[in-house]
Amino acid sequence: MSDLVSSASTSDVPATPRLRGTVALLVPAAIFLAFALAPLLVHAGLDPFYLSIVVRIMIFAIAAVSLDLILGFGGLVSFGHAAFLGIGAYAVGILASHGAGDAFLQLPVALFASAVFAFLTGWISLRTKGVHFIMITLAFAQMAYFMMTSLSAYGGDDGMTLWTRSTVAGSKVLGDTTAFYYACLGALILSYAICRCLVVSRFGRVLRGAKENAVRMEAIGFDPFRFRLVAYVVSGMICGLAGFLLANHTEYVSPAYMAWQRSGELLIMVILGGLGTLHGAIIGATAFLFLEEWLAGFTEHWRIVFGPLLVLVAIFMERGILGAVTRRRR
Amino acid sequence: MSEAILDVENLNKSFGALRVTDDVSLQVMPGELHAIIGPNGAGKTTLLHQVSGLLASDGGTVRFGGEDITGLPMHARVHRGIARTFQITSILPGFTALENVALAVQGRSGSSFRFFGIASREQALNDEAASLLDLVGLAARADLGAGTLSHGEKRALEIAIALATKPRLLLLDEPLAGMGHEESNKVIEILRSLKGRYAIVLIEHDMDAVFALADRVTVLSYGRVIASGDPAVVRSSPEVRAAYLGDEAA
Amino acid sequence: MSLTLVLVQTLNGLQLGVLLFLIAAGLTLVFGVMDFINLAHGVQYMVGAYFAAWFTAMTGSFFVGLALALPSALLLGLLLEILVFRHLYGRDHLAQVLATFGVILFLNEAVRILWGAAPLSVPVPEILSGSIVLMPGLLYPVYRIAIIVAGLLIAVLLYFLVSHTRAGMLVRAGATHPRMVSALGVDIRRLFTLVFGFGAMLAGFAGIMIAPILSVEPGMGDQILILAFVVIVIGGIGSIRGAFVAALLIGLVDTLGRSFSGDLLRLVMSPAEASQTGRAIAPMLIYVLMAAVLFFRPAGLFPAAR
Repeated sequence: MSDLVSSASTSDVPATPRLRGTVALLVPAAIFLAFALAPLLVHAGLDPFYLSIVVRIMIFAIAAVSLDLILGFGGLVSFGHAAFLGIGAYAVGILASHGAGDAFLQLPVALFASAVFAFLTGWISLRTKGVHFIMITLAFAQMAYFMMTSLSAYGGDDGMTLWTRSTVAGSKVLGDTTAFYYACLGALILSYAICRCLVVSRFGRVLRGAKENAVRMEAIGFDPFRFRLVAYVVSGMICGLAGFLLANHTEYVSPAYMAWQRSGELLIMVILGGLGTLHGAIIGATAFLFLEEWLAGFTEHWRIVFGPLLVLVAIFMERGILGAVTRRRR
Repeated sequence: MSEAILDVENLNKSFGALRVTDDVSLQVMPGELHAIIGPNGAGKTTLLHQVSGLLASDGGTVRFGGEDITGLPMHARVHRGIARTFQITSILPGFTALENVALAVQGRSGSSFRFFGIASREQALNDEAASLLDLVGLAARADLGAGTLSHGEKRALEIAIALATKPRLLLLDEPLAGMGHEESNKVIEILRSLKGRYAIVLIEHDMDAVFALADRVTVLSYGRVIASGDPAVVRSSPEVRAAYLGDEAA
Repeated sequence: MSLTLVLVQTLNGLQLGVLLFLIAAGLTLVFGVMDFINLAHGVQYMVGAYFAAWFTAMTGSFFVGLALALPSALLLGLLLEILVFRHLYGRDHLAQVLATFGVILFLNEAVRILWGAAPLSVPVPEILSGSIVLMPGLLYPVYRIAIIVAGLLIAVLLYFLVSHTRAGMLVRAGATHPRMVSALGVDIRRLFTLVFGFGAMLAGFAGIMIAPILSVEPGMGDQILILAFVVIVIGGIGSIRGAFVAALLIGLVDTLGRSFSGDLLRLVMSPAEASQTGRAIAPMLIYVLMAAVLFFRPAGLFPAAR
């Protein structure tokens, strides 16, 4: 991934709109290709442990992409997005504990539960603006968090361990490391494609317009609330999908998935990569988790380095990693 | 008076103890250009907000085409045929000029809950948007970011956006504000070309423009209508001169 | 649900409330005056507690520890302002979230390195130890009463500072009309630094005061930060009075809710169900309260006039 970024930055050709459109396709294509080829490195002698990190990266990238849909294109700063991770994960955990271990049941339930939660909380939250929206989404996520910490039937504070990954129509295919890897990659590409499709559609154009100037949109006949609500529900569902995968990846479900720090991390992944590009969110998630893993390799106190790094990015890279790259190219 | 397209009756709005519009009533006929003038703070913009639905009224009714629309939000009024521009230019600066207009066309042609297809490549939307840009003299600027246009061009763009909703009534809030002589002449030409085709409510401080264009003039002062009627009559009314034109005549 | 228990829990709620107020006061000013989201406000509270633990252990006296910890908390606040925050005023909220999140990671880890991950404890000072009988059958620890009194005194002091001094007047004006204040020729930067340092010191003070009754450990600021945000949003961003009322409200609702929601539910359901449901909804109460306040009064209970 780092190769990709630096090679893009060395080109001094000013990007015409057309060229930039091609670049916008090339970057995600290269990212997905890199993900697709990564398992081959294991054959070349790489520790398979690293693949598990990449799986984690892909799962959080799905969550980050879903957040970028409403944040980067809708201007909605959700500080409670991790709630959907938790909902997706608990759909797996709770159903599994009742003996329903098949993805064909778990996944629809995860998506449906996420959609319902998004619809209800969005219907209330989207009536507020700015900082109040940040806080009210946080409040709803905290409610979900405390709800799960107190449900002792499903592990409460301690969370619940899954005995096995979800079956797919009875088959244990997800138990296979490689199959699960590509399932996650497939989910990431699908999520990305859905979001990409949405933002350029008629629907997405209204969403983007409402981010820039909501009153103007009302003055040409659009009710921004309805568009934002739909985007919020779609975003919540995609993040719920990430939660479904996360539970299967870790084979463990815990309220910690919904902690506010987790929501903060998702925000940071998106900001880090660069808002409103979708692939920026993937780059951000990759950078965040990769850096975390890499620094942790040096010292258990990796946060002492990571924290100031975030501060520096906030102060000096106004538009995230992608922004820094494209600015240099200009 | 039953054929009036817009019929405003006893409209009120207070901010705290301040009555900004005070029992305002007025009618606009189809095809009529009705100018609203008055000193700063007379409640002109507030009245326009109430008619367009941006602000809820404390009392009174707004009827449009015979229908009571007092309780409707702005976006619903747009679909009934009321479009407006703002005193402080309101466009989408990050979109191209063409897309600003195309979005407004999109607003009334087909559902916007379409999740597939690339909106910016919808030929029908773009064609109509292009012809409207042409109408306001911005054809050459279509692919520029709206935020990079000059002040006068932005105001013209805003008129094109409003027209794209296919309104029956246009509410224009000081379309000439902040313009140089040349720019303002261009916009006056645009207004002249619209006159008669749309019912128009025009708030404007440029008296030459008002008296050159208006079919009827209503004067607001401290939120009240103090005169309304034929421009020539209003112009010579002593009450109006005292309240408003007086300072200019002196 | 005896009367004594209700009284004791009410006092506990009050104590949590004044503590929250100390933290929320700085947060709401920084937010209201500078439009700055400071997620790192919670770690400043934590560092205050660590300073108290450290200086108390070093000097053997809580009060000497307090006297040293307070200016240290102030210094830390000023240092953070100069190094980090002042570069982010006027930037969008996301950049502030990113940077202050980084500060949280850094400080949480820094105290772990300096003092270890194990909780530290601070002994209650001799003179404030023990309990007194408030009324027959109601015994209450002196130290907790001291916290409540100290918190209320600070609230009065703050009220005086904000409403009766020139600096306070500027801060209030800054919260509602920032441009006008800078147009008046006031050095707005210095005012910001002042407010920031002061807010950090208050949060630090809260941490110092709580140190003897809570274990001092990394991450202790994270949960209280969210509570403080709930307080300032309910109270109305930028309003000290709102922060005070909302802090007491949240302190009471949270404490009483956790103790008695099971008892109340028993009126309508079986004891087993009631205690289970009570445990589940009690921690959610304050968030329900906040969502409800935002829904009906989007600007909070005491919106700063804009």
